[in-house]
Amino acid sequence: MFYREAGDFKTSYAEDSQTFPIKFDRYRYYAVLVIAFAVVPFVINDYWVNAVFLPFLIYAIAAIGLNILTGYCGQVSLGTGGFMAVGAYACYKLMTSFPEVSILIHVILAGGITAGVGVLFGLPSLRIKGFYLAVATLAAQFFLVWLFNRVPWFYNYSASGQISAPERTVLGVPVTGAETAPWAAYLVCLLFVTASALVARNLTRGMAGRKWMAIRDMDIAAEIIGVDPLKAKLSAFAVSSFFIGIAGALFFSVYLGAVEVGEAFGINKSFLVLFMVIIGGLGSIFGSFAGAAFLVLLPVFLKNLLVGGLGWPTDLAAHLEFIIVGALIIVFLVAEPHGLAQLWRVAKEKLRLWPFPH
Amino acid sequence: MLDSVEPYTTEDGRKIGGVVMEMKNITLRFGGVTAIQDISFDIRDGEIRAIIGPNGAGKSSMLNVISGFYNPQEGEVFYKGEKRPPMKPFQVAQQGIARTFQNIALFEGMSVLDNVMTGRIRQMKAGLFAQALWKGKAEREEVENREVVEKVIDFLEIQHIRKTPVGRLPYGLKKRVELARALAAEPSILLLDEPMAGMNVEEKEDMSRFILDVNDEFGTTIALIEHDMGVVMDLSDRVVVMDYGKKIGDGTPDEVRTNQDVIDAYLGVAHD
Amino acid sequence: MPEQLVFAMEVFLNGLMAGVLYALVALGFVLIYKASGIFNYAQGVMALFAALTLVGIMDGQVPFSHLINAVFGTEIHHFGWHLPALLAIVLTMVVMIALAWLVNHFVFRHLVNQEPIILFMASIGLAYFLEGMGDIMWGADIKKLDVGLPQGINSAIDEITFGIFDYGFFIDNLDIVATGIAALLVVGLVIFAQYTKQGRAMRAVADDHQAALSVGISLNYIWVMVWSLAGFVALVAGIVWGTKSGVQFSLSLIALKALPVLMLGGFTSIPGAIVGGLIIGVGEKLFEFAIGPMIGGATENWFAYVLALIFLVFRPQGLFGEKIIERV
Repeated sequence: MFYREAGDFKTSYAEDSQTFPIKFDRYRYYAVLVIAFAVVPFVINDYWVNAVFLPFLIYAIAAIGLNILTGYCGQVSLGTGGFMAVGAYACYKLMTSFPEVSILIHVILAGGITAGVGVLFGLPSLRIKGFYLAVATLAAQFFLVWLFNRVPWFYNYSASGQISAPERTVLGVPVTGAETAPWAAYLVCLLFVTASALVARNLTRGMAGRKWMAIRDMDIAAEIIGVDPLKAKLSAFAVSSFFIGIAGALFFSVYLGAVEVGEAFGINKSFLVLFMVIIGGLGSIFGSFAGAAFLVLLPVFLKNLLVGGLGWPTDLAAHLEFIIVGALIIVFLVAEPHGLAQLWRVAKEKLRLWPFPH
Repeated sequence: MLDSVEPYTTEDGRKIGGVVMEMKNITLRFGGVTAIQDISFDIRDGEIRAIIGPNGAGKSSMLNVISGFYNPQEGEVFYKGEKRPPMKPFQVAQQGIARTFQNIALFEGMSVLDNVMTGRIRQMKAGLFAQALWKGKAEREEVENREVVEKVIDFLEIQHIRKTPVGRLPYGLKKRVELARALAAEPSILLLDEPMAGMNVEEKEDMSRFILDVNDEFGTTIALIEHDMGVVMDLSDRVVVMDYGKKIGDGTPDEVRTNQDVIDAYLGVAHD
Repeated sequence: MPEQLVFAMEVFLNGLMAGVLYALVALGFVLIYKASGIFNYAQGVMALFAALTLVGIMDGQVPFSHLINAVFGTEIHHFGWHLPALLAIVLTMVVMIALAWLVNHFVFRHLVNQEPIILFMASIGLAYFLEGMGDIMWGADIKKLDVGLPQGINSAIDEITFGIFDYGFFIDNLDIVATGIAALLVVGLVIFAQYTKQGRAMRAVADDHQAALSVGISLNYIWVMVWSLAGFVALVAGIVWGTKSGVQFSLSLIALKALPVLMLGGFTSIPGAIVGGLIIGVGEKLFEFAIGPMIGGATENWFAYVLALIFLVFRPQGLFGEKIIERV
């Protein structure tokens, strides 16, 4: 009833191309922002922040990043874990080398460094396509993890080979290190998620996004109508890696605090983020959030239900999670290649006409 | 006869200018197969130039040479009086040569509007950073170019499907959207590869009208490939006839119609 | 002869043997890719699954016992029998054929005509599913597999090389047997594809499945057959690798090694898979031997990928792949 565009006339092209053209959507979006920034920080506790909110927000950034590369530009990457590691180690090196600079700037710089590395590994995409490229990105994954594992400079020659985040503050409040309050960590991540989503949305609704999608849909035609494939693909790699680098930096500094590279950023991380993008919806910013939420909540849910509720052993629940995730990937690819985002869109279409569908 | 390159005015009052594009002794080979053999012809400003010939004559290859997708082994391409060095297709497009494809090559995952907007790549130059913030030049460009695109959309009468994903459209409309995308580029030469393939009579009439209107109203130079002889003879100012990769005729529709080689190629004589 | 060179020769030989094992996994990929255009990421997990099933059947494990015990509070684990290896292999093959049917029926039949990259991602989903399924059915602990393949140092080679170089090469008997099996498998597959009716139908489907359909070839039959063949290859690979290093999760990671092998050799070529496997096997062992100690070691983790990546940039279709001509 309330959800319709009738009577909501657009009088300029700027209005027509805004992010939420329908008034109801727009107000709902503002409401979500207000709740997320002003209400949630006061009510959450340690468990919710660490088990749900932080991983959700951080993976959402990574999923947005991968979605730009895979969903919008059509280049499948299995190197996400490796690029997150670049973000994490860049952040660590910056934090320890320039302790007086704000951690927020370090995180952004870490994203920038990851963007550079992403471009480097994106170069072969000009020559190789499809799953050849997907396999080639495995080179990035394995090489980068090996690099951070074996070259002591990256972990400041620490005896354990781990990196751990020293305490850093924003406006006097610690956001990394052992003293961090749950709400502070949450707010930092939320800030980055909001900014990332806005930037990603702006890029994808403008010319950059059109070029990426043109390459995705038909690369030869795109080149003939004037898209420089080199620039388009590399910019997608750069932007994508930028977000993934930020996600990696936050994952290390704000969420985990201490990281061993093979464990935190292994090949499974690459698959996890790819699955988020597939389940959430290829080529949709909202889908990145939906996919991240789904795959963060699923294990929590299974654990509470099977281990907590039915008393099953934990490893059984973990195996079941593999089966469910694998099956879901297949179900979504077969039945709804555009993922949760498409289900959401269909629901909205229906709502728009409700209660008079004819 | 049209041997002179002096500008002139056609019977229906359109102005034809000097040569914009000249192909000189173009030879294109794929391995051992010669697709185009030593062909020369020119395209003049404001005219509708047709390339015809039986299947496999090398017409599409010729168009691909013009749009830079294939680089010929021999020969030279002159564009606006200057010799064109070997280029990538996107660089050719940036010079103002737009085209449509024989098998529709639209971006299926995008809306009609976004597809047509991709035609404006040449004109939109805002950097990635400005686009990320949706401020300044990026925002301004979006609106300005949207206005141009909306004019093209109006012109081709596809307003009602503006926000529809292209994948859902029927064939005839897709062809029109593809034309819209090429037109949005405001090209100096528009290449049409069989714009009427697979259409019924009514759709062909519509498309012919659009082609004539484009040429007439915007003065766009058009080079097209078409199989329907009636359409070609009605639309075009001059015709190049190709057969087995060679040029066998070049001139006004009337001249070509009476050319013995052309008649042979179409009616079929034994090749010795 | 300088000592280093002798060592290098031993490394080279071992690399060749490792390469044969990579090629063995890669073969399964090529089979499915040629017949259905699916780049089957799950091939490695299929090898793991086959090995798990084989061990489970041989030892008389109750499938899903872990799950059953958790749900019903029972304490069952074993049927209490031990089957001979050959019978267990046959039974495992039956399971793999059933798996092939299930995979075709529930997954890839619905994805015909989809883009290759979608199929690829679906096979990643399948890999996850199978991995969880294998663990739930048979448990996740490391298992020993012994079907009677010879193991240990080959004393003949040891003695001969000692006689020549004053230094005995360590070549594992298992690797020699594996090489023989791989060779047999390749010859068998080539004969099957070239000289049998099913093989011809398979090649027809690979070439153009709609045309094949129109001359009366049952696509489902061919696809199930191909997946079964791939299951067989996976079983063989699972047996060899499982005997070598125990049946455990890391077995599925050998699939990842097969990927650069394929990129080198070209996805459509059986000889390519062999040659690619050998190049990667020898290359990574020699690189680790010569350069590894200088840069921190464990270069085997990435060398194959980086080599394939660099190679692909210069020859995108691989060594034996067909040249890709793009058209509009």
